[in-house]
Amino acid sequence: VERPVPADSAVVRKPRGRVGKALSPYLLALPGGLWLIVLFVVPLIAMLSLALQTGDVLHGYTLTWNWAEIPNQLKEHHTEFIRSAWYAGVATFICLVVSFPVSYWIAFYGGTKKNFFLLLLLLPFFVSFVIRSLAWQFILSDQGIVLGPLKSIGLLPQNFHILATSTAVIAGIAYNYLPFTALPLYVALERIDRRVVEAAGDLYASRRAVFMKVVFPLAIPGIFAAFLLTFVPAMGDYLNQQILGGTQNTMIGTIIQNDFLINQDYPAASALSAILLAFVLIGIFAYSRILGSRTIEEYI
Amino acid sequence: MTKDQGPNIDPALWRGLTQSRFSRRQMLKYTGMGAGAAGLAAFLAACGTKGALPAGNGSSPLPNTGIGTSAWWDKQTLNKQLEFANWPYYIDVSHGKHPSLDEFTQKTGIKVDYREVIQDNNAFYARISPSLSGGQPTGYDIIVMTNNSPPLGYLFEAGWLIPLDHRKMVNFNKYAGPLVKNPTWDPGNKYTMAWQSGYTCIAYNTDEIKTDITSVSALFDPQYKGHIGMMSDPQELGSLGLLSIGVDPAKSTQTQWKTAADKLQKQKDDGLVRSYYDQSYINALKNGDIIISQVWSGDIFQANLSGYKNLKVVIPSEGAMLWTDNMCIPLYAKDPLDAMTYMDYVYQPDVQAVIEDYNNYVCPVPAAQNVIRDQLKDPVVANSPTVFPTADMISKTRAYYTYKSQEDLKAWNDLFLPIAQ
Repeated sequence: VERPVPADSAVVRKPRGRVGKALSPYLLALPGGLWLIVLFVVPLIAMLSLALQTGDVLHGYTLTWNWAEIPNQLKEHHTEFIRSAWYAGVATFICLVVSFPVSYWIAFYGGTKKNFFLLLLLLPFFVSFVIRSLAWQFILSDQGIVLGPLKSIGLLPQNFHILATSTAVIAGIAYNYLPFTALPLYVALERIDRRVVEAAGDLYASRRAVFMKVVFPLAIPGIFAAFLLTFVPAMGDYLNQQILGGTQNTMIGTIIQNDFLINQDYPAASALSAILLAFVLIGIFAYSRILGSRTIEEYI
Repeated sequence: MTKDQGPNIDPALWRGLTQSRFSRRQMLKYTGMGAGAAGLAAFLAACGTKGALPAGNGSSPLPNTGIGTSAWWDKQTLNKQLEFANWPYYIDVSHGKHPSLDEFTQKTGIKVDYREVIQDNNAFYARISPSLSGGQPTGYDIIVMTNNSPPLGYLFEAGWLIPLDHRKMVNFNKYAGPLVKNPTWDPGNKYTMAWQSGYTCIAYNTDEIKTDITSVSALFDPQYKGHIGMMSDPQELGSLGLLSIGVDPAKSTQTQWKTAADKLQKQKDDGLVRSYYDQSYINALKNGDIIISQVWSGDIFQANLSGYKNLKVVIPSEGAMLWTDNMCIPLYAKDPLDAMTYMDYVYQPDVQAVIEDYNNYVCPVPAAQNVIRDQLKDPVVANSPTVFPTADMISKTRAYYTYKSQEDLKAWNDLFLPIAQ
């Protein structure tokens, strides 16, 4: 369903010598542009600059163009980067598998109650992220309300535990980020033109064929948007790991947090953040190269 | 849909794969970006990050020369107001008010603005240091910093605390206990007076562990594999490691740190440790996820009071770490004399008793014990050895290592932080 792209007015209309006319697009972009510059570009540059500084928190840091910090940190913490990508990837996959049927059902069969179902999907978000994770810590504890009874009737060995394993961390991430996956998927499925679906039926496509050849391909941009919106924050997540994880589940977010707050090694923390950012940006560029950047705006 | 339509590939990808990559317009754009990058480099160079001391020169004159001398103190007057920054749940509360503060206001006319704004030493330091390095008041007259965390040392080293007026420390000199008088981290109480102290020791679940635990070696016992809790804070973790190899942390050397770190690493690699906890270890202990852990004494005391009688706290034979939260007056404070007045005021036994009966940490005023027992009628707190330590416990008390330089601190953190993460 390609729609005609409106012609760019700045290109079509020649400036008529009036400065105001020429400047107006820029003036209109000014509030948003200033917002981006002050609250995004400046902090970003400050972070990149800090990554290249040396010193300590007491004597301050000076810019010495210490590029070596970046490969050093990458070398020291590559296991945590790989682990974060792995956890975030698995969690995102689980989110996609779980939320696709849900979004599909709401979009196609939700009828007049669609908004109500969406509200239900978002309801857990009314409780803070930390509280929800802590609740899972309580529910899944070794002698807690789930494992305790199962252990006492002998279904599970006494030393079995879920907390402090990678399963717990991945499950926590998948649980917490599910709405980020479900909503873009819902938007993508909702905007599929029903006439196309009906036409496929009229042409004797089976229900399976309709889904595989019409619905699913049209939902692909939504799947990619959902993937990005889930994977990117999950990659930097540190809370689930700290609350639900153990000694072998450290993610890169925790390393960055510790470098900032405990170690107070700001350059190391900035370098790690820069690497994480670069990693994510590469993903987004690949996305926009393959599917076009327009789809991101549409499905958020 | 016909079969010969070919793979369903987004046109954007075809465009991306087939179009020539550089048009003239793009070329111009990239040249502009090059110029921008050069400008960016200049900008990057301009943004250094200020520290407490001038970069590369540790011996420059401290900013508070002349401040805190007797002559300076003589010039100060009471402003009848006090801004007090403290940790949450750290002073007596009754019906939403703080009775001990109200009484102080009644007696002295000094109005106290009590704010529970400190949750973390490092984070709070990060909040006040920009004001101090800019020569501005922090907005607080009293702040409370812990001796086992680096920021208190930063404040000393940068000269950002006002030396106390020892002529006004009447109650302190009379009633302060041996644990907080003339402490290793602040010889002669030049800058600080203790608010409360606490032990970092071990506790275990008596339902699961039937033998009497007396030594930190229990934390390395393979029979508790997977159910041992350790602290994620590098200072706490490292100090315990040192105790376990029989070294007094305060007198330790870098070689001994390495030995301790190796032992802790092996404990982790063998799968003994369930997790490295912050404050959350207490829930893990209550839930039964861990059955023995490094703990803060006050937490276990409170857990016992709230029904978890199966948790037993032990001061191990190797010794227990004593941390102290210290009241101090930051440089440029607006009401230093009011602050000084309050800091000494809380050392009166009957004032301290009210605060202690709520806090249940280690009391800096031993004489408050009788007041709590006889006047407040609370024998549980008065007789608790973790609130009023016995002579035996005092003899087992160990102090934290005091870092000699930033390199020293970094060496410590580089050894112990990676274990906990």
